[in-house]
Amino acid sequence: MSSLTEKDRPIVQLLLSTGTCPRCILRFCCVGSQMLYRHPHQDLMRDLQEFLRNNQEKEDTGCLDAAHPPCKRIRLEHSEGGPEELNHNGAIPQMPSVDNGTATMESSAAKVCNVCLGILQEFCEADFVKKVCQKVNSADYQFTSFVFSVSLPPQLSVRERAAWLVVKQEMRNLGLSLAKDDIVQLKEAYKWIIHPQLSEELGVPADGKSLFEVSVVFAHPETDEECHFLATACPDCFKPAKNKQSVFTRMAVIKALERIKEEDFLKHFPCPPGSPKNPCDALEIQCNNGAVFVAGRYNKYSRNLPQTPWIIDGERKLESSVEELISEHLMAAFKADSFNFSSSGREDVDVRTLGNGRPFAVELVNPRRIRFTAEEMKRLQQAINDSSDKIQVRDLQLVTRSAIGRMKEGEEEKTKTYSALIWTDEAIQREDIAFLDDIKELKLEQKTPLRVLHRRPLAVRGRLIHSMQGEYLDEHHFRLRLRSQAGTYIKEFVHGDFGRTKPNIGSLLKRTADILELDVESVDVDWPPTLDD
Amino acid sequence: MEAAVPGGAERYFTRWYKPDVKGRPCEDFCVLQHSNRRVAICVITLAEAHPLLQSGKTIKNINYQISANCSRLQNKVSGKSKRGAQFLTELAPLCRISSSDGDEYTIYSCIRGRLIEVNENILSNPALLQEKPSTEGYIAVVLPKFEESKSITQGLLTQKEYEEVLLKRRNAAS
Repeated sequence: MSSLTEKDRPIVQLLLSTGTCPRCILRFCCVGSQMLYRHPHQDLMRDLQEFLRNNQEKEDTGCLDAAHPPCKRIRLEHSEGGPEELNHNGAIPQMPSVDNGTATMESSAAKVCNVCLGILQEFCEADFVKKVCQKVNSADYQFTSFVFSVSLPPQLSVRERAAWLVVKQEMRNLGLSLAKDDIVQLKEAYKWIIHPQLSEELGVPADGKSLFEVSVVFAHPETDEECHFLATACPDCFKPAKNKQSVFTRMAVIKALERIKEEDFLKHFPCPPGSPKNPCDALEIQCNNGAVFVAGRYNKYSRNLPQTPWIIDGERKLESSVEELISEHLMAAFKADSFNFSSSGREDVDVRTLGNGRPFAVELVNPRRIRFTAEEMKRLQQAINDSSDKIQVRDLQLVTRSAIGRMKEGEEEKTKTYSALIWTDEAIQREDIAFLDDIKELKLEQKTPLRVLHRRPLAVRGRLIHSMQGEYLDEHHFRLRLRSQAGTYIKEFVHGDFGRTKPNIGSLLKRTADILELDVESVDVDWPPTLDD
Repeated sequence: MEAAVPGGAERYFTRWYKPDVKGRPCEDFCVLQHSNRRVAICVITLAEAHPLLQSGKTIKNINYQISANCSRLQNKVSGKSKRGAQFLTELAPLCRISSSDGDEYTIYSCIRGRLIEVNENILSNPALLQEKPSTEGYIAVVLPKFEESKSITQGLLTQKEYEEVLLKRRNAAS
């Protein structure tokens, strides 16, 4: 095996005899050639055995054992070619006699690796790849790349340490050195082997930044208790866990391994680690797509529609809601698990939203479909609009997560305009309301309205009414248009809320006033971008 | 006679009454309970029949200091759950009001709950209490405990029941 040199021989010998699989052996020999790990398990085993025998071959006269068929040329040499070929004379390499322990080595090939517990063995094979891809394909996701994340049981770190200590000891005895950092990480080697296979089956590349995640959780219950000794050695690494989950998390175990002294480790854990009976179990294969965001503006034409579902004691008090009427269609089209609806402020159940509407954004969680053309978005918008006369949407489009910030800043900073239908107890004439048109930047002090006081802290808010225009209707009614600062309670500005909003229309007109109807005429946020129809 | 449907800030409130509090004749209170079904905030007000609202009465002084250690003006609440609020029982005094003719009246909470605020506007303008007792002239805002929100009206009379009490008084007088 060309990647292995003489100094690797004792490592190979040692690990092979203690039940470590070929790929883990390559890792401990710091072999960095990704392709090598992808060779079939049996071939690698044979190559390693060949590598070991080659030393003895030089000592033997070397006779072909007729009982065994000549073995093929070492595959590695053929695929890589080049000058590093072991066998230069082109002759068929000779089979060793059975005596030098081939039998035990071959039977150990079937054993579960004492370091990786099967991760770099059966979980690299085509069968497992097929199983993963079947799960992915049946889940019916739309994706252009994938990231494969793997969760390994914490005891693997413990076993890795144990194997390394054994190897380190052996090297020390031989007067050789071995740098821990050059050892190939198990997860890295695993990804070298499995990514190309997954990529080939799924037809898309592996990409660390991909939004589509395929995740597998491995567990090995047989050896779960192997980590427990760390708790006595390093108690402060293991904090009591909530929800009855194990304290022995991967991070906690790694931290403890960093801290524990070599002597203590050797005292409590068998080095080399013992061979397990069974390989790991692949517990869950899950797929998850990163969230997509759909934004738009909505109009609300009903005076009987809440923003969010209105449910008290499990009973729905009002049918439907703004967020459901919009999001249900999006959920269906994007085939998402759930949604999060947010908007630039909101209006009461009995308030209409007219004009250009109010900006909103819907986060669609774990969508199966992610690609939508502008045309398809338009059709989706039409479908929403056809389905209800209570709401209408416009400018429906895909946006990024960061764009949501623009909407929320609108909620706090931007002005709104309203139209209110106002009733007065005592009669009014046109001249009595004319002065309202001239008032600019009217400063209000609003205590938290009584109607929301049960769920908001008590506070006083200063707010501005930038301008007003009155429209006289009759002796007891007029319409008032006003532009106000974000966060102004308009209803309370009209009726005064027991004098807790000052000034108010009642105090300005020196009468008792009430608000009969309120409409939002505009929400002055220029996001999301307007689309041409 | 009151308007059939009051217009203005009190529109979403139900009126409950507690007449002759502590046996003092006609010292009636009206508790305005907000229509919110979860936790109904309550506004404590004087009922129309209260002596302070009869013609000829002038308010001399309103005092929220109800004892040496307790001033309702010191009430401070914080957060959504209104921590720090003074807790009130039905007969907890809210304030003491004296009229220019020498009479003294104590205004009681009438319901159990946390004191949210007392009306400071009537301190600077006592006439407000008499002109608009059901709105700007309110006495205090009380938030019942969540568990008790349904039961707080048990000790109170509905509008109809109160009108019967008024009727009985008129008949007794004549």
